[in-house]
Amino acid sequence: MPKIPLAEVVDRIVDWFTDTFGNSLDAFSDTFGDIIKGLQNLLAFLPWWVIIIIFALLAWKASGWKLAVGSTLGLLFIYNLKLWPAFLDTLVLVIISALVCIIIGIPIGIMAGRNHKVNRLITPILDFMQTMPSFVYLIPALMFFGLGKVPAVFATVIFAMPPAIRLTSLGIRQVPEDLVEVGEAFGSTPWQLLWKIQLPVALPTIMAGINQTMMLSLSMVVIAAMIGAGGFGAGVLYAIGQMKIGMGFENGVAVVIMAIILDRLTQGVGRSFRTDDKDN
Amino acid sequence: MSEKIVVKNLVKVFGGHPQKALSMLKAGEPKDEILKETGLTVGINDVSFTINQGEIFVVMGLSGSGKSTILRCLNRLIEPSSGSITINGTDITKLKDKDLRVFRQERTAMVFQQFALLPHRTVLQNTAYGLEVKGVEKKQREDKAVAVLEMVGLKGYEDKYPDQLSGGMKQRVGLARALSNDSDILLMDEAFSALDPLIREEMQDELLSLQQKMNKTIVFITHDLNEALKLGDRIAFLRDGALVQVGTPEDITNNPANDYIVKFVRGVDRSKILTTGDVMKKPQPFITTRDGPGVALRIMKEHGISSVFVVDREKHLKGVITVDLAVESRNAGIQSLQDVELPQGPVVREDVPIQETLGIIAESKLPMGVVDDNHKLIGIIVRGSILAALSSDKGGDGDA
Ligand SMILES: Nc1ncnc2c1ncn2[C@@H]1O[C@H](COP(=O)(O)OP(=O)(O)O)[C@@H](O)[C@H]1O
Ligand SMILES: [Mg+2]
Repeated sequence: MPKIPLAEVVDRIVDWFTDTFGNSLDAFSDTFGDIIKGLQNLLAFLPWWVIIIIFALLAWKASGWKLAVGSTLGLLFIYNLKLWPAFLDTLVLVIISALVCIIIGIPIGIMAGRNHKVNRLITPILDFMQTMPSFVYLIPALMFFGLGKVPAVFATVIFAMPPAIRLTSLGIRQVPEDLVEVGEAFGSTPWQLLWKIQLPVALPTIMAGINQTMMLSLSMVVIAAMIGAGGFGAGVLYAIGQMKIGMGFENGVAVVIMAIILDRLTQGVGRSFRTDDKDN
Repeated sequence: MSEKIVVKNLVKVFGGHPQKALSMLKAGEPKDEILKETGLTVGINDVSFTINQGEIFVVMGLSGSGKSTILRCLNRLIEPSSGSITINGTDITKLKDKDLRVFRQERTAMVFQQFALLPHRTVLQNTAYGLEVKGVEKKQREDKAVAVLEMVGLKGYEDKYPDQLSGGMKQRVGLARALSNDSDILLMDEAFSALDPLIREEMQDELLSLQQKMNKTIVFITHDLNEALKLGDRIAFLRDGALVQVGTPEDITNNPANDYIVKFVRGVDRSKILTTGDVMKKPQPFITTRDGPGVALRIMKEHGISSVFVVDREKHLKGVITVDLAVESRNAGIQSLQDVELPQGPVVREDVPIQETLGIIAESKLPMGVVDDNHKLIGIIVRGSILAALSSDKGGDGDA
């Protein structure tokens, strides 16, 4: 039996895609690259301690003084290891990826949450996206955007977006039936129902999705570095190539610290919506 | 009394493509058969009734009998499969989306069994929800919400969150939210069923006293007959999605339409429903003030009783004479009871729940008289007839 030409077909499709949309892809890539660069320049412009203070304040608001102290110590440690530029690179990658995931993923999640047909349609696609080895996404990313930050964000977004969609959809579907009835019984428009009832009630679940999305984007750091993402991932790759075990370890620890800080931060935000213990 | 809500031939079949089920219903096929054949559930089966302006209309039935479905058809949270619902002269089953929203904003408000407060909003913001959706300006809607909260006894709780309130307080917020948009129809789905018995009674009283001021049209769902009898101006009994009987609490308890209702009625505390008029006996015997003590003694002896009511010519109640007093008066040579100072026994009107008379009757040595507005004697109440009324199963055969 002859081999089914799956690889050839995929090649054709990608070729056709780059041929047809090459110009618009370039334009998109340029604009998007500018945004990334802009954010990077902004962060690089700020003194390192200002960024640490910003993190401490966010941590304090989202969770409390413990997380504020913890994240300050963690970031000071990264600064001390002389990994600050790599930290900023990785931070930009994670922030931009998470933003794109939110901007695209949450509306899709909302549609899926409100419509069973959409939900049935996207579930297998999400399964596919999540089970595919993440390396595979590097290939179309390279084809469309070449090397650099933009393809890194592209690959990261595809890999990290499913939880944002899934948990938004779940959150919307889990809003108690009688709360939806309240919205309708008082004559809300579908839009009011969404903004005043469904989204606020689903918010803790949606935040859990954003948290997972962030964690997944961080887990792409090393892989994305293979196509030019820079940051801690680049440090790890370099260390592997040069057999510099200590350096690899330093970068790895920095990723872990960053993961813990972002995890607690987003969890804290989610919780503060859940139990609004205003003083009695 | 003007008609507020007129429901005609309402049918609800749950599930897609109800045509077949509808025609089977028309042909008089039973629910089970329709479920077997089409896989569809008949929620409401050809129900017609009218609710008057200012009335508390209770819909009553076992769980699954279709109470919530009927209520939700009235504001179309559930789409009727066929039939018409005319409210203020408009058939609301024909309203388009936008008009339906306006109808819901202006005409109806709903109170839910599990309170259904929005957890992310304060008591004040919950209360103002309906007005907010309508587009009422913030200051104005919050002023209104504050006023309504005070009315339901929640002054000072404006900035609390729902999870800081007890069940009773939560439902007060639910009620306040429904009252704040000034709609003339209140839809209440088992609104007090989730509350403790004491709190429930309190809320029932509260609703009744609010209703005295508001005079809204209230559709109240419950599965508790005592609640239905207490609140309802009229009660509709549902069974398997069909209407069994509609009537006043007295109709229902005194003339239950069939065994289904009899079973309900049996569990009721009858002393709250039966009135003095229901249990009184004909005022016999009695004597007039022109008679003398001798006549009184003879009549008491004839009837084997120890006292007898005394009336004047127009039957106005003058008092009661006992054996002892009659003997004493006769010995004193008195000719007419006009000249005797007669003791006054307890007296009631005929529309008093007998529960309220039980204490008085237990205390008093004299029998109780029932009088009309002009103090004419129209009946008498003796202990025996009360006991008989409280223990009887009118209309039932005892063990159905
Ligand atoms: N969305 C629905 N889909 C299918 N069947 C339903 C639905 N809602 C209610 N039913 C059925 O309709 C009947 C009446 O339900 P309901 O009005 O909720 O009863 P009640 O409020 O008196 O307990 C029940 O048999 C119930 O199972
Ligand atoms: Mg119900």
